Amino acid sequence: MVDSQTVQLEPITAADGTPLKKKLAQALFRSRVRAVSLVLPLFAFVMASFVIPIIALMWQGVYNDTFSSYTPNLTEKLKVWDGMSQPDEAMYAALVVDLETARADRTIGRIATRVNQEYPGTRSLFTSTARKAKKLKAPFKDSVIKTNKKWDNIEVWRAMKITSQDLTPAFYATALDGRYTANQGFVSQDENRQIYVQLFWRTMMISGTVMGLCLLLGYPVAYLLATLPLRTSNLLMIMVLLPFWTSLLVRTTAWIALLQSQGVINDLLVYVGITADDARFSLIYNMTGTIVAMTHILLPFMILPLYSVMKTIPPSYMRAARSLGATPTKAFIKVYMPQTIPGIGAGGLLVFILAIGYYITPALVGGQDGQLISNMIAYHMQKSLNWSLAAALGGILLAGVLLLYWAYDRVIGIDNMKLG
Amino acid sequence: MSRLTKKIIAIASASAFVSSAAIAADLTVVSWGGAYTKSQVEAYHKPWMAKTGKSIVSEDYGGGIAEIKAQVESGNVTWDIVDVELSDAIRACDEGLLEQIDHSILPPAPDGTPATEDFLPGTLHDCAVANIVWSSVYAYDSSKTRNWNKPTKMADFFNTKAYPGKRGMRKSPKVTLEFALIADGVPVSQVYDVLGTEEGVARAFAKLDTIKDDIVWWEAGAQPPQLLADGEVVFSTAWNGRVFNAKNAEGQSFEMVWDGQIYDLDLWVIPKGSKNKEAALDFLAFSTATEQLAAQASWISYGPARASSVARIGTFHADPSIKMASHMPTAPANFKNALQNDFEFWADNADQLNERFNAWLAK
Repeated sequence: MVDSQTVQLEPITAADGTPLKKKLAQALFRSRVRAVSLVLPLFAFVMASFVIPIIALMWQGVYNDTFSSYTPNLTEKLKVWDGMSQPDEAMYAALVVDLETARADRTIGRIATRVNQEYPGTRSLFTSTARKAKKLKAPFKDSVIKTNKKWDNIEVWRAMKITSQDLTPAFYATALDGRYTANQGFVSQDENRQIYVQLFWRTMMISGTVMGLCLLLGYPVAYLLATLPLRTSNLLMIMVLLPFWTSLLVRTTAWIALLQSQGVINDLLVYVGITADDARFSLIYNMTGTIVAMTHILLPFMILPLYSVMKTIPPSYMRAARSLGATPTKAFIKVYMPQTIPGIGAGGLLVFILAIGYYITPALVGGQDGQLISNMIAYHMQKSLNWSLAAALGGILLAGVLLLYWAYDRVIGIDNMKLG
Repeated sequence: MSRLTKKIIAIASASAFVSSAAIAADLTVVSWGGAYTKSQVEAYHKPWMAKTGKSIVSEDYGGGIAEIKAQVESGNVTWDIVDVELSDAIRACDEGLLEQIDHSILPPAPDGTPATEDFLPGTLHDCAVANIVWSSVYAYDSSKTRNWNKPTKMADFFNTKAYPGKRGMRKSPKVTLEFALIADGVPVSQVYDVLGTEEGVARAFAKLDTIKDDIVWWEAGAQPPQLLADGEVVFSTAWNGRVFNAKNAEGQSFEMVWDGQIYDLDLWVIPKGSKNKEAALDFLAFSTATEQLAAQASWISYGPARASSVARIGTFHADPSIKMASHMPTAPANFKNALQNDFEFWADNADQLNERFNAWLAK
């Protein structure tokens, strides 16, 4: 009795005499370290190539210190200026000093470009005045205005005040067809320069259309894939996957060959006599072309999740419904379809989110009314070099996707999604 | 933080651009591709390689300074010398993206005229040296039988009643807006004054509105000859050298209308931090020598930027019966009603007019 009691009180030990609890903790710790070290490379890769660049880009959308870092004196003066009174001599003097330095350092172009983004038509004002800055004499207000009377325009100074703020909502304002001004806050952009909001809507609309078409075309195919005998369905699967493995560019250019006005489809229509030779249909370089090509390219992303869900639905359910008296249509709608909703959700979300960011296909076949917001982002990254505006547009797009994701989670539930 | 941010983005975008310059070469020369690059390879690259024994990798790009900016800001400059348009050269130079070029390295003309006097006015800049004068014109395929009179004026391009059918235009407000104003009756000498006003811009867009439904937009210089040959369009704006080559080297029967042509320069620039700066400078001086510029003119109908080269323009390489001089944008017969692209106007207004142009396109 005494023996067994002492045994119970003593901690259980492992073969080497260390307490079992400690041993277990060690073993668990080791396996955790192993697990973490296996995941670490991937984690580091994702951080370095995905998370950090995205954060850096988002940061550019609200932070731009081009102006303040190259014109330190002027920025100080602009900070205390109210934006309403006429700029004073000290501000002009600071301007001349900074322009002279910027000219010598070859940074004047960056300053000019930045202000020109806020107030178009001022780029050469900066570069040409900087060229003369060395020779300017006090009183600077008069001599600067003498070089170009635009310096007397208070709007130029207001634009500079806006650009001198490092943390700025100006790019988001532009991305939403507005302007952020020093004296009136947010105002809406001139009507004939408004484009982004319209493009966001169009992007949503085209993505929605493509998603709907993919569902309409993909659902029967997925159903066949899931229900046909293995030999036939394998063949069908290859027909789905082959184009999926073909380069995006090849498929897009193939659509150009098919749809252009001297292309295969129009030739056929003229040959059959449906249309006259000089009244061929415009099937490409417009929104139609974008929708057709994108639907084709994104179709597998709809079919595959649908297929994987349908494959798991036992055929006995349908038979049971039929034997209980349901018509084939009713059995399909009441019994089969509800069970495919996780697949529809997954496929729909996948296609929609991919479509929202589509860029190459609309660029190639979109013409003028088939362009998406991503083409505008690419334009600002590569041509106008206004990376902050590109970042703001991208930020809005990202926010839109997250919002949709949230809405989807609320309505259908993200746990309900099945990707395969 | 921001410096780092910019660097990260620059690196990310630099790696996004296609860059095959990893191949070891003594010099990477970047230009516009197609018939134009071909003319440079024949007139500049081959003789330079023969002279120095060094190798050149030739890359194509689509213009703009985005790649140069990305390379310079990420500190990984793989392009050594780039052929750019004037407005881009000025902008990149102002932003400190380019090496300064000392004009004293440029060789004098054969008769001893110093380079600074031999180059045409406005072709030498702090960071850039021009090699050619090129032009935007419009062209048509004369082999397609149509019952209309030969077009001779810029206004004919916009006249869809007399000349029905699709028109190709470059998808950019640059040149497009100027063409619209010229066609609307604005004298070439006043085009930029008019375009500088709100009414002038509205007038240009109103003129474009009259043919908007008939426009097929192109983006690469090789597209217009293709669009014309395929019969996709009856007229297309194009770069004169491309049309000339499609006609004389590929046997197309294209005709150009020189009225209202807008000419511009192409210039060599060296991105700041080029790893082969010495070789790039040597290549630049070599290729802009009188003889090389004149030699290039027998491969493509772009005018040399040196007065001494203009006098030595020969015949077309594929057909010695064609005298190249009469096909240059600057030939007197072609130059009657010509406009020089105003780089300063576009440096000031490109952002604003691009936005407006895109908004107009989307309408």
